[in-house]
Amino acid sequence: MVAAIDPIVVNLIVFVLAIFVGYHVVWNVTPALHTPLMSVTNAISGIILVGAMLAAAPAVFDWGGYMGVAAVMLASINVFGGFLVTQRMLDMFKKKEPKAKTDSAQNAKGA
Amino acid sequence: MGANEVVLCYLVASVCFILALKGLSHPSTARRGNIFGIIGMAIAVVVTLMVAYTATGKIGGILAGILVGGIIGSVIARRVQMTQMPELVAAMHSLVGLAAVLIAVAAINNPIAMGLMSPIPIGSRLELFIGTFIGAITFSGSVIAFGKLSGKIKSAPVVFLGQHWVNLALAIAMIGFGAWFFMGGGWTPFIIMVAIAFLLGVLIIIPIGGADMPVVISMLNSYSGWAAAGIGFSLNNPMLIIAGSLVGSSGAILSYIMCKAMNRSFFSVILGGFGAEEGTQAAGSGQKSVKAGSADDAAFIMGHAESVIIVPGYGLAVARAQHAVMEMAEKLREKGVNVRYAIHPVAGRMPGHMNVLLAEAEVPYDQVFEMDDINSEFGTADVALILGANDVVNPLAEEKGSPIYGMPILEAHKARTVIINKRSMASGYAGIDNPLFYMDKTMMVFGDAKKVVEDIVKAIE
Repeated sequence: MVAAIDPIVVNLIVFVLAIFVGYHVVWNVTPALHTPLMSVTNAISGIILVGAMLAAAPAVFDWGGYMGVAAVMLASINVFGGFLVTQRMLDMFKKKEPKAKTDSAQNAKGA
Repeated sequence: MGANEVVLCYLVASVCFILALKGLSHPSTARRGNIFGIIGMAIAVVVTLMVAYTATGKIGGILAGILVGGIIGSVIARRVQMTQMPELVAAMHSLVGLAAVLIAVAAINNPIAMGLMSPIPIGSRLELFIGTFIGAITFSGSVIAFGKLSGKIKSAPVVFLGQHWVNLALAIAMIGFGAWFFMGGGWTPFIIMVAIAFLLGVLIIIPIGGADMPVVISMLNSYSGWAAAGIGFSLNNPMLIIAGSLVGSSGAILSYIMCKAMNRSFFSVILGGFGAEEGTQAAGSGQKSVKAGSADDAAFIMGHAESVIIVPGYGLAVARAQHAVMEMAEKLREKGVNVRYAIHPVAGRMPGHMNVLLAEAEVPYDQVFEMDDINSEFGTADVALILGANDVVNPLAEEKGSPIYGMPILEAHKARTVIINKRSMASGYAGIDNPLFYMDKTMMVFGDAKKVVEDIVKAIE
C-alpha cells in the first residue's frame, strides 16, 4: 500500500464524484422549479462562508483578518438571503385547496 | 474535535445539500428539501466555528460578519419582488465571486491561519490562482448582469471592433501573470492578474444582449460554484469542493437547457451581439392584414369554448397582469371551461421565472404545464390565448431557412382559434415577423395585457 496520497488527488476524486452527483440530481429537478433551484444553489454556494471563517479568525489579526470578516459578511448574505427567498418562493407553489387530491399534496406539510 | 470528525460532519452537510437539490424534483417535496439545505449549512457553519474557536479563540469577527450579513440577507429576501428575482440571483453570484477573491487574498497574506504551509507550496498556488480568477470574473460579470437586468445599465449589447481579440489577449495576459505568481512572483503578479480578471468579467458580459440573459445568469450561477470549489482546492476543504461542484454542475445544466430552448449554441451566446443588428429589420412585412377584435369578442369565444390554453410571456409580467389572468381562468373554470397554462422554458428572464410569477398569483401548479407536456394538446384545444409572448409561438421555427428554424416552440397555431394580446405589432426579441398573427383563425386584441384581461373578466360576467 502506498504510504501517503497527495491531498490534491483526494480533492480531485471528491471533485469529480460530486460533479457526477450534481449532474444526476439536477437533471431530475422539474423545470417549474428552476428559479428556486437557482436561489437555493445561491445559498449553497454561500458555503464559501466556511473558507471565509478560517480567514476571519487568524491568531494575529491584521488587515487579512478584515478581508476574512468582509468575506464572511458577503457569504452570509448569500446563505440567509438564498435560503429565505427560496422558502418564500416554494411556499407559493401550492395545489388548489378545494380540489386537493388525496395523494402527494399532504406530504408537503410534513416539512 | 479532531480533523476526521470535522470532515465527517462536512460529509453529513454535503448529503443534506444533495437532498435539498433532490427535493426540487417535485413542488410537494421542495420545501422539505430546502429545510435539509438549511440544516446542512448550519452543520457546516457550526463545525467550522468550533474549528476556528479551538485554533485561535478569536471568533468575534466571524460572529459580527455573520450577524451583519444575515440581517442584510434576510431583509432582502423578504422585500424582493418576484419579478426582480433575476437581479437578486445575479447580485448573489457577485457576492460569492468577491468573497472568493477576498479569501484568496487573506490566504496569501497569512497562509498558516488557513491551514496552508508557509511559503505556500506550488500546488496550492496554482489552485489559488484558479479559484481567484474564476471568482473575480464571476464578481465583475455578475455586477454587469445585475446592472443590465435591473435596468441600471442599458441591456443592449455593447460590441466593438476586435472585441474577441481583446478578450483573448487579456485572457492570455491573465494566465501569464498567473504563471508568474505560480512560479513564486508574490503579490505583484497576483494583483495584476486579479485586475485583469475583473476587467475580463466586464468584457465577457457587456456584448450579451437582453434576450440571452437567461443563459448568462445560468452561466454565472455555474461560475460561482466553480469559484467556491476552486477555493476549496486551495484550502484542502472537501466541504467547499463538494458544495461548489454541486452548484457548478447545476448552473452548467441550466445553461444548456436555456441554450437549447432558444436554439442558440452556448458559444454564440458567449460571443454575444445577439439582438442588436437583427432587431431592427422587423417591420418589413407590415402590409399583411390582421384581424383585430375586442376584449368582449375574446370573452365570448372563450366563454363558449371547451378548453383554453393560456400562453403567458414576459410581457404579461411586465404589465403585472398575473392576478387578473388567474381571476379570468377561475371565471372560465366556473363555466366549465378546461383552462391550462403552457410555459415555454424561456418565458421570463431566468429559468423557471414564469412558473414563480404564476405561483405568486396563486395559480395552482397542477394547471401549469411545461412545453413538452402540453404541445400535443394544442391540436384539440378550442382557444390558445397568447399574452405578451411572441417568438416562443412563432411557427416559422418549423420552416427551414428562417432565422429561428429549429427553436422549440409552443404549437399554439394548432389550436382551433388563436387569440393574441399584444401592445402593438412590434416584433419580439428575435426581430422576425410572426405569421401566426396573420392566420385566418387568429384574432388580435391590442392593448395593455392587464387592461385587456380585466375587460375580459368583466365581459365573461
